[in-house]
Formats: sequence, C-alpha cells, structure tokens
Amino acid sequence: MHIMEGFLPLQWCIFWFALSLPAVAYGVYRMNRMIKENREILPLLGVSGAFIFVLSSLKLPSVTGSCSHPTGTGMGAIIFGPWITSVMAMIVLIYQAIFLAHGGLTTLGANTFSMGVAGPIVAVLIYKAAMKSRLNLYIAVFLAATLADWATYVVTSLQLALAFPAASGGVLASFEAFAAVFAITQIPLAIVEGVVTALMFKYIVQLRGDVLLRMNVVSPSTMKSLKEALA
Amino acid sequence: MKLELITLGVLVVFVAAFAYESSSGNHEWGGADGQAGDVISQLTGGTYQPWFQSIYTPPSGEIESLLFALQAAIGSIIIGYFLGYYRALAKTKSAATATEQEAKSNA
Repeated sequence: MHIMEGFLPLQWCIFWFALSLPAVAYGVYRMNRMIKENREILPLLGVSGAFIFVLSSLKLPSVTGSCSHPTGTGMGAIIFGPWITSVMAMIVLIYQAIFLAHGGLTTLGANTFSMGVAGPIVAVLIYKAAMKSRLNLYIAVFLAATLADWATYVVTSLQLALAFPAASGGVLASFEAFAAVFAITQIPLAIVEGVVTALMFKYIVQLRGDVLLRMNVVSPSTMKSLKEALA
Repeated sequence: MKLELITLGVLVVFVAAFAYESSSGNHEWGGADGQAGDVISQLTGGTYQPWFQSIYTPPSGEIESLLFALQAAIGSIIIGYFLGYYRALAKTKSAATATEQEAKSNA
C-alpha cells in the first residue's frame, strides 16, 4: 500500500495530508487524555503499536506471484479506536519512509490515510456491526481485521486512480488497473492477518480482559461467557 | 487451543499456496508497491517522473532486510515482554488469593 516517494502529484499529496493530519492530531489528543486518565493502559497501547510494527514489516508472497504486507491496524482500532491507531500507523510509515525507502515523506499523507484512517475506520464499523449481530467475538475480530487490511489496499488503488486517470475510461479504468495489482494480491494476506489478529485478541482477553471491559470493547455478558468457555 | 489450530491451519494453506505457485510458474515475487509504479508509467505513457527522491535508500538488499528485521524484532520484543509480564502477574495474583483463602479457612 506504500505509494512510493514522489509518485503522487503535489496537489494530491497536499489533499491527502489535509485529510490525514487532522485525524492524527485528534489521535494525539485522545491518546494524551487516555494515558493521563489511565496509565495502566500504556502497555496495551505499546503492544498494539508493536503489532503494527511487526505485521507491516512482513512482506509475504501472494498467489498472484508478487509480495505485499499486512497492516496490523485492526487490533489497535478495535481496542483504542481509529484515531489513536492513525498515530501509530503514521509512526511506522515515517520509519519506513526514512530508513527503508518504502513509501515516502511526500506520500506520507496518502499512505497514512489508507493505512491509518480508512482501514481502522472500517475495522471499527465492522467490529461494532458484528458484535451487534451477536457474532462470536473472535469471528468479529477476524472480519474487522481482514476487511481493514483489504480496505487499506482498495483505498490505495483509489488514491492512485484519482491521481492518474486513464486516457480512455478515466478514473474507473485506472482503478481497475491498480486494484488488479493491490486488491487481488492482498486477499490471502488479509485473511492471514485476520486470523493472527483474532489469536492475539484471544490472549489479550485472557490476560487483560479487565481493560477491554473498561474501554467498552467487550460487554460484561460477552466477557462472562468467554471466561466460562476458557475455564 | 481451537483458535491456535485454526491459525496454524490457515498458515499451512498459505505456505502451500506459495509452494504450489512457486513450482508451477515463473514469478518474480516482486513488491506490489513497485508494480504500481509500472502501472503509472503505462497509464501516463511513461511521461510521469517522480518529483521527489527518497532521502535515504538502503545501499543493498541485505541492509534493507536488516532494517526490516529490526522493525519486526523491536515489535516482537515489546509484544513478548508484556504478554509474559501479564501472564506472570495473573499467576501471582491467583496464587496470592489462594493463599489468602487457605489462611482464612485455617483461622
């Protein structure tokens, strides 16, 4: 999903910065308030950020014969909401832009938007809808993380299509071309990410279920039935 | 344990798909990010020039994989440290309540 350095025309760089910077700024504000109110949460925040660090560093081969990487943003989004996740995603993207020549500083706004804003928002919406329809918690987490990962790559395709509309067929035609590269490759990776995130979530339920209850991520009745299933 | 087994199963299928794909065709296994660059030059007829260069590019594939491995290692340390810490914390807590209850029943 990294749009490479210099590969977006200037006006689109500015446009995506204008959308993602407010999200990150609001995330910093939320994060500060949350840490002040409740220091106990800090390690879990670290774990969620570290999860993004690990998953986004793994470039995995896909059935299309090319490699791409998961995003790892689903878990942070479910526990802390999309805005705080935007901050964590941007930190990872800055690291990769500066040291790895992956993505770039000019395209940081666009990449933060797809990985740190669009994906996490999708994760939260799917998670809430799944919990409302009384799906099993881990299936809800799986769906949220899988679709967040996939949505990130669809948004990247859209960002590129908007900047480079095809001579014939316009934005739609070039969206198809970019989606053929990103969205198809990503399907198996998104599924792997969903499963791994669900497993990670299980450990957090076991170890810090109290925090999930306090953050209103999991309702007391769901937690009770999960604990009973473990016992 | 069920979720661990499902995860393992999915990973096995994933690796098997890679092995099959690898043996059945000629693939470059290049990055999707780079391929997007190719699509851009196709769409624009090669007229688009990136207007900004990366400020630092790892001098070789080895250095690049070192930095990626570093990224994964830092993340893994944090996750492992805190999960282990929480696990031990939960254990001591339950052990403490057990001794307390024992003391109460003895009194």
